Amino acid sequence: MTESATDTTPADEGDELGSGPGRVLVWFYGVFTVAAASRSIVQMIMDFGKAPLAYVLSAVAACVYGFITYSLVRGGEKARRAALVCCAAELLFVLVVGTWTLADASAFPDKTVWSDYGMGYLFIPVILPVLGMLWLRRNKR
Amino acid sequence: MLDALTVAVAAAALALAAWCGFAAYRDQPTKDWHFIGMAVVAVLALAQLVVGLVQLGRGERPEQGVAIFVAYLAGAFAAVPAAGFLSLSERTKWGSVTVSAGAVVLAVLEVRLYDIWGG
Repeated sequence: MTESATDTTPADEGDELGSGPGRVLVWFYGVFTVAAASRSIVQMIMDFGKAPLAYVLSAVAACVYGFITYSLVRGGEKARRAALVCCAAELLFVLVVGTWTLADASAFPDKTVWSDYGMGYLFIPVILPVLGMLWLRRNKR
Repeated sequence: MLDALTVAVAAAALALAAWCGFAAYRDQPTKDWHFIGMAVVAVLALAQLVVGLVQLGRGERPEQGVAIFVAYLAGAFAAVPAAGFLSLSERTKWGSVTVSAGAVVLAVLEVRLYDIWGG
């Protein structure tokens, strides 16, 4: 994608993304990485056949959260752009999956992190990408 | 025993959240006293982890499954130390906000733990 466009070293900007308000974002993304990953792992091991779609979506969520956490910690322009794309994708996923779970509940015998727009997680899954994008845009250079 | 500890950890976590939230409001980073507070909450969570595992060892079973119960116990124990670690290298009010958020997450985990055990 935009890999070779700008190649700033993480050292000189590394403090930017993950510090200040970004530190709080690192915390929440970290928590949701662990939450989504452990949720999908436990459910897949216990009974994958019950709701494969829901469990795979939770695993995808874990990967997205994990990547954004890593980008925030790493810092730099490249990571900032990648994280911005992922936050946008995350917001899209939450809205699509949230609507999907409401529209066709039979496809989801069990919940995912993104079910009902993240209601089981105090709607943080839908708030987080918005805050993430605001923060990442502010750090533009 | 476990239920009492769950309530105690949740209450301590909310107190810590309010305390660090107040520090953030006054534009202050986390200080030594805050870290002592985090240690107290972490010790309570550790006690809960131990008691939870002992009860499992005695053959008592949580309502919603052993794996989920243990995962939440471990998560509850790790939450505040992890947030405290993040605030160590963030010497602004945002470090206090992070610990406050970490304590709120712990309180939420305690509510879930209570449900999972079937109290």
